[in-house]
Amino acid sequence: MKDAMPAVCIDRADFDSVIKALAGDGYNVVGPVLREGAIIYDEISGVSDLPEGWGDEQEAGTYRTVKRNDKALFGHNSGQQAWKKFLYPSRERLWSAQGDNAEFKIEPNAETPPKYAFVGVHACDLRAIEIQDIVFMNPETADPRYGKRREGAFIVAVNCAQSAKTCFCAAMGTGPRAESGFDLSLTEIIEANAHYFVATVGSARGETLMQKIKSRPATDADLQAAATRTENAQKQQVRSLDREGVKELLFSSYSDAHWDKIAERCLSCANCTMVCPTCFCSKTEDTTDLSGNHADRWRLWDSCFTVDFSYIHGGSIRKQVASRYRQWMTHKLASWIDQFGTSGCVGCGRCITWCPVGIDITEEAKVFREEKMDPRLRGDDEVVKGTKQ
Amino acid sequence: MSVTKSAHKTAHEAQCACHAAEAPDPLAPEPFRVVEVKQEIEGCNTLIVEPETDEAKKLCMYAPGQFHMIYAFGQGEVPISISGDPAHSNRLVFTIMGVGPVSDALTRLKEGDKVGLRGPFGNHWPVEKAAGRDVLLVAGGLGLAPLRPAIYSILAKRDLFSRVMLLYGTRKAESILFQDQLAEWNKHMEMNVSVTVDTADEHWGGHVGLVTELIKETNFSPSRTIAMICGPEVMMRFSAGALLERGMKANQVYVSMERNMKCAVGLCGRCQYGPYFMCKDGPIFSFDQVEHLYKVREV
Ligand SMILES: Cc1cc2nc3c(=O)[nH]c(=O)nc-3n(C[C@H](O)[C@H](O)[C@H](O)COP(=O)(O)OP(=O)(O)OC[C@H]3O[C@@H](n4cnc5c(N)ncnc54)[C@H](O)[C@@H]3O)c2cc1C
Ligand code: SF4
Ligand code: SF4
Repeated sequence: MKDAMPAVCIDRADFDSVIKALAGDGYNVVGPVLREGAIIYDEISGVSDLPEGWGDEQEAGTYRTVKRNDKALFGHNSGQQAWKKFLYPSRERLWSAQGDNAEFKIEPNAETPPKYAFVGVHACDLRAIEIQDIVFMNPETADPRYGKRREGAFIVAVNCAQSAKTCFCAAMGTGPRAESGFDLSLTEIIEANAHYFVATVGSARGETLMQKIKSRPATDADLQAAATRTENAQKQQVRSLDREGVKELLFSSYSDAHWDKIAERCLSCANCTMVCPTCFCSKTEDTTDLSGNHADRWRLWDSCFTVDFSYIHGGSIRKQVASRYRQWMTHKLASWIDQFGTSGCVGCGRCITWCPVGIDITEEAKVFREEKMDPRLRGDDEVVKGTKQ
Repeated sequence: MSVTKSAHKTAHEAQCACHAAEAPDPLAPEPFRVVEVKQEIEGCNTLIVEPETDEAKKLCMYAPGQFHMIYAFGQGEVPISISGDPAHSNRLVFTIMGVGPVSDALTRLKEGDKVGLRGPFGNHWPVEKAAGRDVLLVAGGLGLAPLRPAIYSILAKRDLFSRVMLLYGTRKAESILFQDQLAEWNKHMEMNVSVTVDTADEHWGGHVGLVTELIKETNFSPSRTIAMICGPEVMMRFSAGALLERGMKANQVYVSMERNMKCAVGLCGRCQYGPYFMCKDGPIFSFDQVEHLYKVREV
């Protein structure tokens, strides 16, 4: 489908019609909004809901929204929320049961899944959605709840024109330009006397939508302007992560003393896992009403940083914070590759920004690498095979 | 082999929107009826359950070592290994120790009560691989239950195997599972059964000590043996160590592991062990797959 329709330009003045057309097609349109000093994702009914003229400044442990000197609608970077809160809600009823011990019936959750249109999905987050697709839509064990929400979702990607100091999507190979996986992708262009979007259609749905939108063909100059924007975003990235051999690096670092060093700072607060767009771990909760005859089974986001996460009768497996951080980082950058054929990190930088003590996955990865390269610093190297066999 | 409900679905059926509506829910239990409850030891019951629907019937085909998720109404769902004879394809048998809210609720169930089941999940004991060789089964405590389906399968085709030995250790004489069966198996010389207890009073006439001592005393030829170990993790570590010391190779030794688990289909992320998901890649591992992880604390 991609490239079936040449790129077009939508003027800023006509952009509201994109949101309205999606709403008109029955979509529950969500996009970035400024709320209590942060840019989060919520329902939008028109362009006026978007955080016009707002950007953000981020560093390890720091997030601040700032006024931009232009009227960009998508002039922000990753906020603390990811789209997973829509596709994979933080609390969800799996099914209900009616009856008692002697006789009960399981009733599936009959709620109709919402039909979402996501407006403003960054390339890193698009990849994060695809990674959660691999987890939740594996044919053998597909979760129908996730599947139904995902199938229906319309995705309007936005190619980043700037990066936060915490971004490292270029190093992870996920951005800043979205290459596929969207229905429509946009690059916002703001010039002295022009404000418009270069739009690329990525699906039949996207093409149908565009028929309702006023647009003009994109010229070479428009395409060049769009390319320059994403190139600039890439150039602004100050963090990076060397992906080469990182799996082997971490699998051979299980007994490294550096985990204890990280644990001296880590509060085990679980923020990093909550904000991460690919983290998918969950717990379940069983509740009954007062009569005791109606039971619900719920699924809730959980984190490998909690003590309960690894509890088995007799105590938790990962009692120490060092073991929990090791589990998280090793899963993200190493075991994920064996389990799902891809890294579990897309380089969105959220875990760096939202860590209250500013622990930085890119810095920690560097430490392990430097230790391995310096024989004097090398830790216990006995554990070298982590790969599934 | 891992038998899941949707194993026969094509990728197209599972991924295409036109089939999404009918896609089976891997998290929804099927109805089973408790037809028999037998107290094995204090706090531990064996439940025999039968399927209530045709869909539920499909859950009764399994391989030794696999497990189900059992739902007790309103209480929750926990992983429990199958302890019955795989030849009986119309019922399932579980041996459950009450250690907390859900397992307690399961041990309180009476004949006629209902449970919800999902499964069977996980991989299985290497019974086929053991054909033509000596088989050494090493059980600790409740770990005998997940090994019992392997014992049934082996004894059903006893001629295929050379010597079959069971080394079984429990804390005390009162916690020995399946006592009558142990005697029966031993009597007919189908399987050499050696039992040891950690501590005993004067009424105990048998071996006292750890199961690792039995490993040292047992006569088997390391090069032509397959060992299957099930019990607490420390017991498995020391047993595997003792077997390697006797000259067995790590790929001849199998262990069955336990981790916190909520979904059993790789969605909850909790049962990870290094690169593995216990529910899909395990619970049974050949020791060469996990030996390096056994050396690390708190993986
Ligand atoms: C593959 C597998 C096979 C098992 N087979 C058997 C069996 O045949 N018989 C038997 O009695 N027990 C078996 N267990 C252990 C059994 O699942 C736990 O005893 C049970 O989950 C305890 O739950 P609870 O809610 O009663 O108690 P709690 O101790 O309060 O547990 C709370 C929660 O933690 C988790 N949890 C606690 N202990 C374990 C554990 N050992 N393994 C996994 N999750 C745990 C469960 O999610 C549980 O709901 C098996 C476990 C696994 C992983
Ligand atoms: S690990 Fe951190 S940078 Fe990587 S995807 Fe998760 S939140 Fe983003
Ligand atoms: S790394 Fe930071 S965000 Fe993650 S648990 Fe530790 S303190 Fe919290």
